[in-house]
Amino acid sequence: MNYFLTEEQQIIKELSGKIADEKIAPRAAEFDEAEEFPWDLIKILAESDLFAVWVPEEYGGLGGGVFEQCLVVEELSRACAAVAVSYAASALGGFPILLFGTDEQKQKFMPDIASGSKLAAFALTEPDAGSDAGNIRTTATRNEDHYVLNGTKQWITNGGEADIYTVIATMNPEKGPRGMTAFIVEKGTPGFDFGKKEKKMGIRSSSTRELIFKDCKVPACNLLDREGKGFLIAMRTLDRTRPGVAAQAVGIAQGALDKAAEYATTRVQFGKKIGEFQAIEHMLADMATQIEAARSLVYNVAWMIDAGERNISKASAMAKLFASDVAMKVTCDAVQIFGGYGYMRDYPVEKMMRDAKITQIYEGTNQIQRSIIGSAVVKEALRHK
Amino acid sequence: MNLVVLIKQVPDTTDVKIDRNTNTLIREGVSSIVNPFDMYAVEQALQIRDEHGGKITCITMGPPQAETALRETLALGVDETILLSDRAFAGADTLATSYTLAKAISELGEFDLIICGKQAIDGDTAQVGPGIAEHLDIPHVTYVSKVEEIANRHIHVRRMTEEGYDVIASSLPALITVVKEIGEPRMPSIRGTIKARKASITTWTAKDLKINEEMVGLSGSPTQVMRIFAPEIRPGGEIIEGDSPAEKAKNLISRLKESHIL
Ligand SMILES: Cc1cc2nc3c(=O)[nH]c(=O)nc-3n(C[C@H](O)[C@H](O)[C@H](O)COP(=O)(O)OP(=O)(O)OC[C@H]3O[C@@H](n4cnc5c(N)ncnc54)[C@H](O)[C@@H]3O)c2cc1C
Repeated sequence: MNYFLTEEQQIIKELSGKIADEKIAPRAAEFDEAEEFPWDLIKILAESDLFAVWVPEEYGGLGGGVFEQCLVVEELSRACAAVAVSYAASALGGFPILLFGTDEQKQKFMPDIASGSKLAAFALTEPDAGSDAGNIRTTATRNEDHYVLNGTKQWITNGGEADIYTVIATMNPEKGPRGMTAFIVEKGTPGFDFGKKEKKMGIRSSSTRELIFKDCKVPACNLLDREGKGFLIAMRTLDRTRPGVAAQAVGIAQGALDKAAEYATTRVQFGKKIGEFQAIEHMLADMATQIEAARSLVYNVAWMIDAGERNISKASAMAKLFASDVAMKVTCDAVQIFGGYGYMRDYPVEKMMRDAKITQIYEGTNQIQRSIIGSAVVKEALRHK
Repeated sequence: MNLVVLIKQVPDTTDVKIDRNTNTLIREGVSSIVNPFDMYAVEQALQIRDEHGGKITCITMGPPQAETALRETLALGVDETILLSDRAFAGADTLATSYTLAKAISELGEFDLIICGKQAIDGDTAQVGPGIAEHLDIPHVTYVSKVEEIANRHIHVRRMTEEGYDVIASSLPALITVVKEIGEPRMPSIRGTIKARKASITTWTAKDLKINEEMVGLSGSPTQVMRIFAPEIRPGGEIIEGDSPAEKAKNLISRLKESHIL
């Protein structure tokens, strides 16, 4: 497929792909095994300007948008989804500042995010508030020129490694979503600490960690937008970043297809290359078709968002839902084509299958995506009555 | 620091096939890359500039399409590039090539350090770097694995040897050729790549250099290729076994006696 990328988009895609193939792929298994944050690789991404692609030029970026960010995530994910999510989570933490921050806040935080000299993270989930994000219990209270945060966030990607955190807390639990407020919290703020580091099924070299707030004093100038806007900020942010999870899924799936197709041309059974068996050929055909359909959807949604369309929740959820289900299916099939070898850690598809699973869970499970899409469809039907 | 890096565009050997009848490379359809050892030269120059500041000029001699090789170095952060391209330069051996490159460097003016890769993967001669230093009458050190220090118009380097390394100091200006131990070449950046695509590449022809036309290209090349052939594969050696060094020695002596060597 030719998506007619601009010259700059082509450069972004090629360079991300080159880094994925030459720098990330050879070390993906090693980082996965060690469950170690891939700082060397993150530095390479930073020096190559990849963190800058979605940030406006006035804040030190290259002036692209969600589409450019998706191109990078997709390419990196072909080689290692853990590196890709560490990259993408910085955008997840940075988008709330870009979308809702004051010019002063943007001037202060965005250039470091764009250069990759600092990573960002986004903290919404808590032990008792996952899908039900309106039910968070981390509290914020106003006290003269600062806010005091108390509570624990759970499973925060880039936790401990990032310097800049967008944290959603509640100022009034009774009010549910309307009581929620967003803050920028810097690593090193007194009362802000890190807890348990998770051991995971996949994306194992990415960091997934607890954030612990104990009378953490956040300066009032770090309030994002207004009090009570926290839930809205979180939802608007996720609308923009879900295509990134979808791009991650497309990349993982493409990586698995590439490996499976290559293997099918070398593995011989019954005196034939297994790729000559129609059963295998048809699996490859379905995998390739599903991936291309997912990619087309993701690219179109990203274009639509960058073009300024306001009503993006449904489309964004569709991209994430479809692409992540494709990634799960395609990586399973890739393992199947590799047979027993596919089940072994010596071959890359085993990791890809483990990594694919998370794309159906984070930034809203696929059940939640279906709810978003379904309620939009119903709303549209009612409007047309 | 005024740094000059010399690079060569070569066929991607992972792509190359051999014509079995003539034993020559089939170049059609083979993609071109920057000689991998030259990428280490660029990396070394960038490292020196990171530390000492200055300017990096990258030069290549080749056909017009060698310009893509120069753009690759621009994307990595090289400041300026010059392409030496002229029909008169064609067919040059290492003598004529090093003469032409030396003349181009003289034309540039002041320089402190010239950096080359240890050799090109197509010719494998390793002669052009030292040849340039001789034409310019400056010192050179080959197989540099580390630049330890640059201070007081001197450079201290490690020269790799089979057993270890020599530490060598040289006055500047000088020429070094580097090996891969100097460090992994960095990746280009997006900004660098965009700049590189837009950059206009300076091209110099024979007329732009103060050269003796007899000394460039085919006419300046005394080297003649008599025959190209694949060397015969020598049979592998034999490992003399034994439980102890003494027994191995004994077995060796008896094998040598059996073969009437002793
Ligand atoms: C590796 C990893 C990284 C993460 N990174 C971050 C991060 O950086 N920042 C952050 O804030 N969060 C992060 N999360 C949290 C993630 O977004 C949540 O795990 C996710 O939203 C689901 O919440 P939960 O795990 O509590 O599942 P639950 O909400 O408990 O859901 C359990 C099951 O019930 C289903 N379910 C729940 N509610 C409904 C409903 N209304 N209708 C139908 N089905 C329903 C779900 O789909 C799921 O199958 C991360 C999670 C993981 C595993």
